[in-house]
Amino acid sequence: MTASRPSLLDEAESVLLTPGGLTLDDLDLGLGHALGPGIDYADLYFQRSWHEGWVLEDGEVKEASYNIDGGVGVRSLSGEKTGFAYSNQITADALAETGRTASGIVRSGSGLAVAPRVVVQGEARYGGVDPLTGLSAEEKIALLKEADRVARAADPAVSQVSASLTGVHEVVLVRASDGTLAADIRPLVRFNVSVIVVRNGRRERGSAGGGGRYPMARLRDEGVAERFAKEAVRQALVNLEAIDAPAGQLPVVLAPGWPGILLHEAVGHGLEGDFNRKGSSAFAGRMGQRVAAKGVTVVDDATLVDRRGSMTIDDEGTPGQYTPLIEDGILTGYMQDKLNARLMGMAPTGNARRESFAHLPMPRMTNTVMLAGQHDPADILRSVKRGLYAVSFGGGQVDITSGKFVFSASEAYLVEDGRITAPVKGATLIGNGPEAMGRVSMIGHDMELDTGIGVCGKEGQGVPVGVGQPTLKLDELTVGGTAS
Amino acid sequence: MTQAFDAAAQQALLESRGQMALELARRLGADACEVGASVDQGVGVSVREGEVETVELSRDQGIAVTVYVGRRKGSASSTDAGEASIRAVVEKAISIACHTGEDPASGLADAQLMARELPDLDVHHPWDLTTDQAIELALACESAGRCRPGIMSSDGASLSSGEGVRVYANSHGFLGSQRGSRHSLSCMLIAQDEGGMQRDYDYTSARHPRDLLTPEQVGESAAERTLRRLGAGRPATGRMPVLFDPTLAGGLVGSLMGAIAGGALYRQASFLCDRLGDALFPEWFSLQERPMERGAMASSPFDGDGVQTRDNVFIEKGRLASYMLSAYSARRLGMQTTANAGGARNLRIDAPLATRDELIARMERGVLVTELMGQGVNAVTGDYSRGAAGFWVEDGRIQHPVEEFTIAGNLEAMFRGLSGVGSDTDTRGSIHTGSWLIDEMTVAGS
Repeated sequence: MTASRPSLLDEAESVLLTPGGLTLDDLDLGLGHALGPGIDYADLYFQRSWHEGWVLEDGEVKEASYNIDGGVGVRSLSGEKTGFAYSNQITADALAETGRTASGIVRSGSGLAVAPRVVVQGEARYGGVDPLTGLSAEEKIALLKEADRVARAADPAVSQVSASLTGVHEVVLVRASDGTLAADIRPLVRFNVSVIVVRNGRRERGSAGGGGRYPMARLRDEGVAERFAKEAVRQALVNLEAIDAPAGQLPVVLAPGWPGILLHEAVGHGLEGDFNRKGSSAFAGRMGQRVAAKGVTVVDDATLVDRRGSMTIDDEGTPGQYTPLIEDGILTGYMQDKLNARLMGMAPTGNARRESFAHLPMPRMTNTVMLAGQHDPADILRSVKRGLYAVSFGGGQVDITSGKFVFSASEAYLVEDGRITAPVKGATLIGNGPEAMGRVSMIGHDMELDTGIGVCGKEGQGVPVGVGQPTLKLDELTVGGTAS
Repeated sequence: MTQAFDAAAQQALLESRGQMALELARRLGADACEVGASVDQGVGVSVREGEVETVELSRDQGIAVTVYVGRRKGSASSTDAGEASIRAVVEKAISIACHTGEDPASGLADAQLMARELPDLDVHHPWDLTTDQAIELALACESAGRCRPGIMSSDGASLSSGEGVRVYANSHGFLGSQRGSRHSLSCMLIAQDEGGMQRDYDYTSARHPRDLLTPEQVGESAAERTLRRLGAGRPATGRMPVLFDPTLAGGLVGSLMGAIAGGALYRQASFLCDRLGDALFPEWFSLQERPMERGAMASSPFDGDGVQTRDNVFIEKGRLASYMLSAYSARRLGMQTTANAGGARNLRIDAPLATRDELIARMERGVLVTELMGQGVNAVTGDYSRGAAGFWVEDGRIQHPVEEFTIAGNLEAMFRGLSGVGSDTDTRGSIHTGSWLIDEMTVAGS
């Protein structure tokens, strides 16, 4: 899986620059336009992406789509100020126009020279491949039809099956005034199955999916169509039996894997550099302090091989890293991009991410993970007198200033006298990030990563992320059910 | 610093590109084709603590082509609407249509439904604004909020102003195009007391710059909204009335529209399948769509299929009078399109209105919800459970702020339990409604 670095740059050059008559050597000139008077940093971000999506409904692939996106984003920084412009043309004229626009944010001060080129080589965290080409159209359709067949055969209550297969092939190139020159080829694929089951007039939904940064062919080789179809049906059938969820404060046990979205919301966003520089995070100014119970260790790990949130380099050309955020309950790190790291006197951590060339980069999570503890998951459940066991979640949200976060369970069970009893309807859980982290009382030894489905939204920009955690017990969280 | 935007020239260019795509698709063997193309341009500035933070110039374009070969469909799109790109997009769409399965419901909307009346709906009012002026307005807005005693800091004020052109054409010979503009100004502030920090915001948004609130009004309102959150406690757990503020009541209308949208219905992914004609709301409540309203946020004479839009009544005297359908979803359901490809355009409530104070007095004891968090709305079952913040109401009056609680129920029961609509109508978006008082939901707090 070790792609030769020079060839990565060569490929990025030929895909992104050659069609518009540019070479890597021309970028210094382009960058010069973005480095007007008073500008202390500028970068060019070139991107081209090919997105393919196939959708099955009613047993037939009736829809498929293909999207080609690309252009260059030009950013000029001066202190805390950012000027930004972009173009979907990658030509010398476009670089001159966007560069002058971006650097117009300040109009006086001394000019800066572009630093000599330093090729940044991140260690490859995934193969630099086009993930769309490994399977033929017929094979992609066959994969979707298999999911339909498996789901319908799984139970007579299944009335609707939809399945989707999507893939993105993305080539990026970063050139910055600090000398950075870096390229990346980022594959991303995903397979999803969603079913509706109907029994005795009651209708419920179940869904399952996953993927990562690898070729589509691997989805087929790993048998995802069958696995996710069965899982979606299983979840829907559980929900058919669900009773009203309790309302009020209860102990909550989170299953391993995807429930790590709790960390993402309760802790992760609050540790992004921009919010801490501005002092708007509930975690601001708490470096070195206890922000979670003993035993809680949370890291942001861009280096996991082939994972959805992994980054060989980030969108500023900094290599992806393993960044400890909380160690044994003590706050030890923030996630940084170059702008916020510089203003806070810290080092960038490879967390600069942007939705596309047409969006500004910000500190963002990659794969956010709580490390394993000592407890047997069965003992954790046994310790609960009356509480909730949450297995899967629809999504979450956080107010980083007050620390309040929510996440919505899509599969959960009552725990009574240490045993899982009835499934309950989806309910929203709400808490306060720092408080909730202080109430983590048992951590399982069964750390799991999610299957590769996360999309994180921040200021209107979506980026793929991963989460992971072991079985976890929180002594008290507010559960938003309807049962009294 | 702003780039010139010649809307008329862009419109002519997109129209010719649309025709080019249609012609190319025909030559390459498509039986039918539709094309959507757009160009948008804008400026966005943000300031924080009295300093410029970002200046962003945006220019987005895109073209999307759908071809039909027999009953097979293929779609492709690109953010480059240049001639070479259009050729690649059309070819890709046709190659996809060679692989997709037959769909008896596929195809364009019927030719006789294509919009013939294409009046100017007064939705294009560009703002001749320099970057410096935009910065001045954002600074004035932030300053009006920051100077309020108790405000600790600002999380920034932003102004954005943009205009664009949209074209839709199909092989029936229909070509519709529309120019539009949108301007907005927002401010987010932070206050702190011994209980911690609180953040809130306010914004104004309009098609025409003259319809925006003043920067001072927005800043002061953001300060007001932030300060009133300080000292929040948690409400008691129990069943009680819940008053949704106008923005959040608009979200309930959105959930209703999602549940009566054709796509959810033919997939059986709605709690309102097969409910046409049923009483869902009290009989004093009606909900209408006014797509041709002049100057409104979502006005358009044609929908996403090119079909002439018309006034729809979705809820008539409490009953579900119509689904919300596109040509495709209508065919799937064996019905007629309601000209709602692309969604509802300008929803308006017809109901007796009460002042917000009257609604608060009427609820006696309960919560006024001003913020909701999370995605806890299940469209298949109608189950509703979301995180919330707002105010505790007792003795018919607001007592103190509350936070970190959930409100839960089922949308069907909530609609049936609608017991009042406020006169405090929020007109910023395409759904205009005042507050909604729901007679009973489960609140989970302390």
